[in-house]
Amino acid sequence: MVGDWGTYRLRLERKRRLWRAFRRRRELHPVSVRTGQIRRGDILLFCTQRNERIRLPYFLRYYRDLGVNHFFFVDNDSDDGSRDYLAEQADCSLWTTQASYRRARFGVDWLNWLQMRHGHGHWTLVVDPDEFFVYPFCDTRPLGALTDWLDTMSIRSFPAMLLDMYPRGALDAQPYREGQNPIEIACWFDSGNYMISRNPTYRNLWIQGGPRARTMFSEDAAHAPTLNKIPLVKWRRSYCYVSSTHMLLPRGLNLTHDERGGEKPSGCLLHAKFLSTLPAKVEEELTRGEHYAGSLEYRAYADRLKDSPELWCKWSEQYINWRQLEILGLMSKGNWA
Amino acid sequence: MTVGFVMLCHAALDRAAQVARFWAEGGCPVVIHVDARVPAHEFGALRRMLADLGTVSFSRRYMCDWGSWSLVAATQAASEQMLALHPDVRHVCLASGSCLPLRPVQELVDYLDARPGTDFIESVTTSDVVWTVGGLNTERFTLRFPFSWKKQRFLFDKYVDLQRRVNFRRSVPKGLVPHLGSQWWCLTRQTLSCILQDPDRALHDRYFRRVWIPDESYFQTLTRAFSTNVESRSLTLSKFDFQGRPHIFYDDHLQLLRRSDCFMARKIWPRADRLYRSFLEGGAAGQIRAEPQPGKIDRLFSKAAERRRRGRAGLYMQSRFPRQDHENGKTSAPYSIFHGFSDLFENFELWLSRAVGGGRAHGHLFAPGRVEFAGGETVFNGALTDRAALRDYNPHMFLTNLIWNTRGERQCFQFSPRDNQAINWFTATDPNAQISVISGAWAVPLFRSNADFADVRAEAARLQRIETEHLAILRSMYVKARVRIWTMADFIENPMEPLQAIIDEISPRATRRLSEAPRMADLTGFGRFLQNLRNQGMQPTLMGDFPADSDPRNAAPLGQRPYLVQ
Repeated sequence: MVGDWGTYRLRLERKRRLWRAFRRRRELHPVSVRTGQIRRGDILLFCTQRNERIRLPYFLRYYRDLGVNHFFFVDNDSDDGSRDYLAEQADCSLWTTQASYRRARFGVDWLNWLQMRHGHGHWTLVVDPDEFFVYPFCDTRPLGALTDWLDTMSIRSFPAMLLDMYPRGALDAQPYREGQNPIEIACWFDSGNYMISRNPTYRNLWIQGGPRARTMFSEDAAHAPTLNKIPLVKWRRSYCYVSSTHMLLPRGLNLTHDERGGEKPSGCLLHAKFLSTLPAKVEEELTRGEHYAGSLEYRAYADRLKDSPELWCKWSEQYINWRQLEILGLMSKGNWA
Repeated sequence: MTVGFVMLCHAALDRAAQVARFWAEGGCPVVIHVDARVPAHEFGALRRMLADLGTVSFSRRYMCDWGSWSLVAATQAASEQMLALHPDVRHVCLASGSCLPLRPVQELVDYLDARPGTDFIESVTTSDVVWTVGGLNTERFTLRFPFSWKKQRFLFDKYVDLQRRVNFRRSVPKGLVPHLGSQWWCLTRQTLSCILQDPDRALHDRYFRRVWIPDESYFQTLTRAFSTNVESRSLTLSKFDFQGRPHIFYDDHLQLLRRSDCFMARKIWPRADRLYRSFLEGGAAGQIRAEPQPGKIDRLFSKAAERRRRGRAGLYMQSRFPRQDHENGKTSAPYSIFHGFSDLFENFELWLSRAVGGGRAHGHLFAPGRVEFAGGETVFNGALTDRAALRDYNPHMFLTNLIWNTRGERQCFQFSPRDNQAINWFTATDPNAQISVISGAWAVPLFRSNADFADVRAEAARLQRIETEHLAILRSMYVKARVRIWTMADFIENPMEPLQAIIDEISPRATRRLSEAPRMADLTGFGRFLQNLRNQGMQPTLMGDFPADSDPRNAAPLGQRPYLVQ
């Protein structure tokens, strides 16, 4: 038990982070802001992006089809035309910044500010351009059905574990075309090698594993990428993300797992990072050095990409639909039926 | 004779209008109560939408809170209006704005015409109720509840505690026996008017005003006092989850609802376009209809509740991570651990995989160098790898993942004091584990090794210490696993009997007897070896009694039938 003192310290930490986000608002320069369109009960999506032009058309289509009503983008100094592309979209609001991604805690400060300013009282979804949200019944029920249900159940946050998707064979064997569903190419995933432990301070679960731990971090598992995420939250302006979307404050929002044997509802974020676009990205990010832990992950990719960029193994599962993920135990319907 | 509908609405008024129109056009009068909190322009829009229908009227508006008296007051007002305005109504159905009729109106009218004196209301005595929220059954009727459970939980709880402490009890009005049930009923004019026009109504109302959740008990209790023919079930299909919240129906429930043959369902998600379209516009008439059969839907929802409460045994994932001893199944399937067998027998895994047939016989899964999957695989089910560092980062999850990934196939693996010992408490307290131990067998590889005796002695001391600790766990009072322990000396006396017992437990239906024993390592000089250890000051105790000079019986007594009953 952390006790009153610990609780108070977390409160201070939350205030400090909100203050940080507030100060960093000046780093964001509005390009096209259409927040006047937002109606009560709209579902909002928040995203930072840099040079993801090729991914954006499918990304927008996917989330529009799910039922996202408005998109918030922070463009981190792109030079591939993605800024102009987003500025043209009728349901997107776009800010741009040349400031350091790393110093804005990998974009968290920027999005915390935008959510504080615009997300209050809305269901907000925070994802990267290579993450695709899958939830129970997502093939027959729009996102609004899920958020309405969460509202009636008085649930404020919904977890979705990051599920790394990868192609069979070399990464560049099938080049990714604009507008294409990346899961068509990267359709394989690891079904049962995830490792979970508790984080007593923030009360979230810490999940690691999957193909990246298996191939790149097998001798250094402690540094394997974190996979737990809580991307969907009924936002209040007093909330903030602590590190990426892995955990939130107040920490009650992180209690998205049941501790007495039952299953709470959960989804997955299909992570389509491992495409033909990766090598160029890795090269760019290594020279920028703007990523987590001194871009440790990107250095590991670079080492790995040099010799055999194959993540596939004979026990990889081919993605079919959310029901498959449910049966494999990667996500759960909980008591939603 | 016809049926009148009383509708209580507070949200999604366009859907309520659609349903009211459906009933009104089917020849049934409708009285709508709209929550007083609904803004005037929305209420006005609803009125305009239904303005062309003469048999739809609106009753006096109350501000309704969940579980409060206002819901009953609103129902009373609307019902009185229904009875007064529409003298041809014989049955009155209470519905909500999120109800959806699943069958044509005429079928309901016919159904009720065939049962003219029957009141359909779920009504159960308090002692028989299991579904109540907050665990208050009888006390709903004997305590006072002036505070809202949803908004003033602290005061609610404190006030209940206080009343319990001072032994406060209200007395139930004379002639009433408290009953509970679903608030969606269908009552006859006779019963309903008895309730509403009773000379004691003021008394009843005053009493129920302070009962908790009166909308689930007011009509349910009073019907019992006046009705001559109560059918204790609701015509509305309405399921509640484990926290007392109603389940919601979506487009993908269409077939399920069709086949249920119920008259009405609630709640429907307001944006379930396909459901509203199919049931309100589609000509579902003409089919041969039976009695309502909500069984299939019951099963679906009770499975959902079960999943939320107990979950899938042995699954550890992002939204199910039970605390220790709340697991409801530490692992998902039975598995076997063979401790010391691979030291005593040569190629034991090979023999084991033949003996257990359908199962999988691994080597030492927790070996220090690498994970020895069956057949020397480097990757196994679920993309588990043979990397020891990854396994040792979280050994518990490695084991639970392995068992979960191979559901349907029995897993067996070797164990020894040389392996990672982190899972010992976990396996010992897991009812799915079958742990068979030959204690002291770790000495056999040392005995056959070519190492310096000083190193052998140090290693023997280390392994003996580790195994002693493991055995202490396996002999503790907390053990839930099926544990068998033999000393090495006992085991080699007659190896076939214990082996047969273990294999029988793994595959109980296999009637075949073991025909072939695993080949035991050559133990010539083992007693001498143990004596040498003793001479060096290290006391090997776990392997049992091996005299220094006589060699143990080496060959297993083959052909003997250990189970033979004479």
